[in-house]
Amino acid sequence: MSRLTVFTTRCALLGAMALSIVPFQSSRAAGVLTVAMTAGDLPVDTGNPDQGFEGFRFVGWNLYDALINWDLSSKDKPSDIKPGLASEWHIDPANSKRWIFTLRQGVKWHDGCDFTADDVMWNFARISDQKAPQFLTQQFALSRAYLTNYDGIEKIDDHTVAIKTKFVESLFPYDMAYVLMVSRCRAEALKLDWDAYAKAPSGTGPYRFASMTPHERMEFTPNKEYWDKARVPKQDRLIILPMPEAATRTAALLSGQVNFIEAPAPDAVPVLKKGGMQIVTNTYPHNWPYILNFTRGPFTNLKVRQAANYAINRDDVVDLVGGFAIPEYAEVPPTLPYYGHPVVYKFDKDKARALLKEAGCLPCKVTLAISTSGSGQMQSLPMNELVKQQLEDAGFVVNLDVMDWNALLDVSRSGVPKYPNVDGMNASRGLLDPVSAIIKPVASAYWSPAGSNWGHFKTPEADALVTQIFEEFDATKRMALLTKLHEYESEQALMIFVVHDLNPRALSPKVKGFIQSQNWFQDLTPISVDP
Amino acid sequence: MFGYIIRRILFALPIAIGVSIVCFSLVYLAPGDPLQTVLPPDATAETIAIVKHEYGFDRPVPVQYAIWLWHVVQGDFGRSIASRRPVTLEVFGSLANTAMLALFAVPVAFATGFAMGAIAGCYPGRILDRIVTGAAVIGVSLPNYWLGLVLVIVFAVEYMVLPASGMGKSGSAAFSLWRWSDAQFLVLPVVTLTMIPIGIIARTTRAAVAEVRSQEFVTTLRAMGLGEGAVIRHVLKNASPQVLAVMGLQFGYLMGGSILVETVFTWPGSGFLLNKAIINRDIPVLQGTILALSLVFVATNLVVDLLQATLDPRIRRA
Repeated sequence: MSRLTVFTTRCALLGAMALSIVPFQSSRAAGVLTVAMTAGDLPVDTGNPDQGFEGFRFVGWNLYDALINWDLSSKDKPSDIKPGLASEWHIDPANSKRWIFTLRQGVKWHDGCDFTADDVMWNFARISDQKAPQFLTQQFALSRAYLTNYDGIEKIDDHTVAIKTKFVESLFPYDMAYVLMVSRCRAEALKLDWDAYAKAPSGTGPYRFASMTPHERMEFTPNKEYWDKARVPKQDRLIILPMPEAATRTAALLSGQVNFIEAPAPDAVPVLKKGGMQIVTNTYPHNWPYILNFTRGPFTNLKVRQAANYAINRDDVVDLVGGFAIPEYAEVPPTLPYYGHPVVYKFDKDKARALLKEAGCLPCKVTLAISTSGSGQMQSLPMNELVKQQLEDAGFVVNLDVMDWNALLDVSRSGVPKYPNVDGMNASRGLLDPVSAIIKPVASAYWSPAGSNWGHFKTPEADALVTQIFEEFDATKRMALLTKLHEYESEQALMIFVVHDLNPRALSPKVKGFIQSQNWFQDLTPISVDP
Repeated sequence: MFGYIIRRILFALPIAIGVSIVCFSLVYLAPGDPLQTVLPPDATAETIAIVKHEYGFDRPVPVQYAIWLWHVVQGDFGRSIASRRPVTLEVFGSLANTAMLALFAVPVAFATGFAMGAIAGCYPGRILDRIVTGAAVIGVSLPNYWLGLVLVIVFAVEYMVLPASGMGKSGSAAFSLWRWSDAQFLVLPVVTLTMIPIGIIARTTRAAVAEVRSQEFVTTLRAMGLGEGAVIRHVLKNASPQVLAVMGLQFGYLMGGSILVETVFTWPGSGFLLNKAIINRDIPVLQGTILALSLVFVATNLVVDLLQATLDPRIRRA
């Protein structure tokens, strides 16, 4: 045997020994929950996060609280808002545009300072007053959508504040469930250097910031002094990793590198199940519709909108995504309390064709803007191809205008004034609160680009109902009005309704105690991880 | 030689400026908006206008470019729109991570590709040539993101001997080449990354060697009685300027990072950063990364030119 052969053989043996001696087991330490997110980057941690609701889910709600939080404790009922840093709130009996918030006492920031009314005042100035020294443009941008009706704040005493609104809105407290409070104490100690703050953020939330490697990982430890004792985290440590590629997330879970992944690809689910992983799903307030143009084109005609809804075979779409969706017959899922009894647009191709004929639009040419991927867009391309085929079977001629997510966001925000030739746009929607879910898409006050009524829908009935809802402070009566509005939008075939996502997640069998609430946000605190 | 170097450096400057202008223009020609990432879905027109003003995006594009260039000349690449971190930190951090991959990928790819090409070129038409050429074609043709996933399935999922993604157990900040628990994260991305350069270099070397072997001076060398080993040495030396040019391009490719490979392995390098910057239209990061990568390419070409001139003085005179 030559010297070279002997050397090569030795190297190979040493390599094999090294590989067998040091198997990879990074997330197998006891009690460490390691999450692979779909986001391409770590969300910002200086208050309201970016990266959509995933940013809220894994950073925002873990580090911080809002005056009003979300109740994420049940998987069986839709989640609603609950007291957060405010233990109680009510409308001022003398002024329907003034809300009184009683602040929770005894709450401490992660840095040890006490939470007071001054902190709340300071936080609102940070995101709304351009002259305030703590004003931060990025946070202004990320919070502003929830401050549309905000008209100022006043301190009543150390534990009470009043927030004024521009117009009467009985649903205003929902907006306050998206505005996260950061520590004035920490920010001022760091001389309002927000880059320094990002490396040492301080909130009142159930997790404390531990460390961060930019773009790669963020680590948290439990806040053992959290004011809500039922939500003190049960893990030793929480690690979040941005992992935008679905196949990479799947491999990372199967190899033990992480133990919790968001949104596995449906075709990977059999492999994950075979590998012993838990697949969890639940309905949540999400829809995957086509939002329509009401200023010009075929969809200004109710019959065309109804035809498009009858043309969709939703069961086929559900099959395409591996069963991880439910058919969508109206804007919100049937689990929400204001679902009511909307029109059920059961698949009927002949009826769709007949309606198009009645409308004088056969064949009916439409242009639909779609994205290749994006937050909440599910399996965007195959789903859109299937819908196109179904619409064309019923007499439509569909031109799919394909763009990337960033470009579709521009279409979405600019609305029909900038994109008049787009007849419809496929954009998934977060329906967490009634205002976002069913009021903004129909109220003329929210016409794009000033709001999210993308296609400029406007009818006197819808505007009147919205006014009644905003002025009704009795919760039972308001729920009846919301139900009426939801049913009305269904009659109007406001969108082409397709499916509601079921939000699959895959968990290692060692992960215990996760309750998937019916919400975009999730509570990670009850999770424990077996060694 | 000194004058030649100065001339080449001066040629590089307009190339770098040209690249930055093209990149800046392309970003604005593409649909989308750099502020979409910091704005929520329900952002109003008023909010967008205020934020645009704060970030300076309400100014004319040429003015924005001029301001950016002026700051760059002073060493200030600006801040990322998405992360608010200085672009210099973002770009150099990611380039360092990509360089870590290149540090291993370059010698492996160059040595293997050159050896394969030289063997195939020396024995054209023989079984060895066919095997090597076939392997090179496979190397070039395999989509590297697919190969990456296959390697992950085999080594990370099935046998669990190597990690699937990332850069060490605690991320790049604590990465150490001297700890196997970290270094093992390099194996799969490096193997994936080397496949295409190996194929390209092997094919180029084979063609160059075969071409030089057919030249008259080789016949003369043999007629003078030189042994086959000495002839091959002369052939390889004469083929090397052509191979060097291709190696230079491949070095630039490896230093630039592969968007696909780095995304599949979630490797926080320049390709991964570029991908995020494109998706987010994060113009300062996009500009900074492309400028840095173009400078890497320009510097690589300069070094290759100098090496070529050293190997073949006729190039210097031309």
